Amino acid sequence: MDNKYVIEVNNLRKSYGDHLVLKDISFHVSQGEVLSIIGSSGSGKSTLLRAINQLETIEGGEVIICGDTLCNNDNLVLTNEQKRKIQLHNGLVFQDFNLFPHMSILRNITEALIYVLKKDKEEANEIALNLLDKMGLKDRALSYPSQLSGGQKQRVSIARALALKPNVLWFDEPTSALDPELTGEILKVIKDLAKEKMTMVVVTHEMAFAKEISDRVIFMDDGIIAEKGTAEEVFDNPQNPRTKQFLQRF
Amino acid sequence: MKQLLIPMLEGTLVSIKIFFFTLLFALPLGLVVAQAKQSRFWIVRKIINIYIMIMRGTPLILQLIFVYFAPYYIFKTSFDRLNAAIIAYVINYAAYFAEIYRGGIQSIDKGQYEAGKVLGFTKAHTFFHVIFPQVIKEIIPAMGNEVITLVKDTALAQTIGVAEVFRVAKTASAREFSTMPLFIAGVFYFIMNAVVSKIFDRIEKKLGYYD
Repeated sequence: MDNKYVIEVNNLRKSYGDHLVLKDISFHVSQGEVLSIIGSSGSGKSTLLRAINQLETIEGGEVIICGDTLCNNDNLVLTNEQKRKIQLHNGLVFQDFNLFPHMSILRNITEALIYVLKKDKEEANEIALNLLDKMGLKDRALSYPSQLSGGQKQRVSIARALALKPNVLWFDEPTSALDPELTGEILKVIKDLAKEKMTMVVVTHEMAFAKEISDRVIFMDDGIIAEKGTAEEVFDNPQNPRTKQFLQRF
Repeated sequence: MKQLLIPMLEGTLVSIKIFFFTLLFALPLGLVVAQAKQSRFWIVRKIINIYIMIMRGTPLILQLIFVYFAPYYIFKTSFDRLNAAIIAYVINYAAYFAEIYRGGIQSIDKGQYEAGKVLGFTKAHTFFHVIFPQVIKEIIPAMGNEVITLVKDTALAQTIGVAEVFRVAKTASAREFSTMPLFIAGVFYFIMNAVVSKIFDRIEKKLGYYD
């Protein structure tokens, strides 16, 4: 990859009807770094993550993912095939897991390996079992999602995203749907991934956690990036009054 | 007795034939209609809505008569009675099935589509491997009801002269001054539906491997 950034976003815009939810967002993510996106509900942080993962349409601006342009201001039109290829640079872990309830845990992970990456079944199973082992869930491979706790489900969903070897792993409030006592196990998994230099973007409400794992932090407020900097800069010495106000609540 | 049983058996086969062919064509057609109802082209949605309104808003018996006689008046030719009956059942039942599918499809969380998308599945793969299997589980009880109704509705084919079991029984009953043939026909419907219920119970159990 000749591009120095894994993710590059310039002047991204998005609105729902008349309401501008993302106004002129620009940021980048470098290889191996952990970026946290914080901000209150409705600040646009989830929308931003969803837009870059093609779950929301983008109205304007430029998004470049691993050197591939997802959108620019020149009316770029991509085929579905091209869009899917770009999406595979990203892995996404949802807030409410979105595991496939009718598939076993193993199958949840192997489905994309087999049908998207065209791996044979044995290889796919091996990859999936290794990841489940890493997540401490090897013995649950043949269970179904409904038989797992929330924390276990989220670990499966992380394994499912990792199986496709994404360049960037995105987390959309990965602990928000979990009971407080289960958040720890997920945060530990993310910390371990950070140690392995996995590039990650984490939208989160867990401030202590964000401070601990992030190389850089973006604070979003009302559709704009109100403040960005290293974790120390943003958490210990915020410049923007809105950031100060927001962080005081924690 | 033999004189009664053989025609009744033949009638039974005709009823079963109507039943199977209706399911064979109406089940997939219903899915197509359900998808078309959510088409992004308003004209398609409009046509589908009118079709469903007519199918559910008029008696099946009238639709049978229409399918059998209308081509004769328009094209001076008509379908064979049994085929006409099957066509009428298929287009009628497809409309009901479509509504059942639609309910099932709408009950699936949109996160399932999103998960498919971020994993790089094609839309078709997401639909057939992620959404549809869950839809089936969701709609089995409603489908069971509808299919049981279909068994009994096959009796209406007699309106256009199809020699299904009820018509055969009625004829035999008049000829022999006996209600026995009608009773036998009743037993046929009952057994047929017992089998249908059993099959649906099995499917429901089989799909109960997950919540």
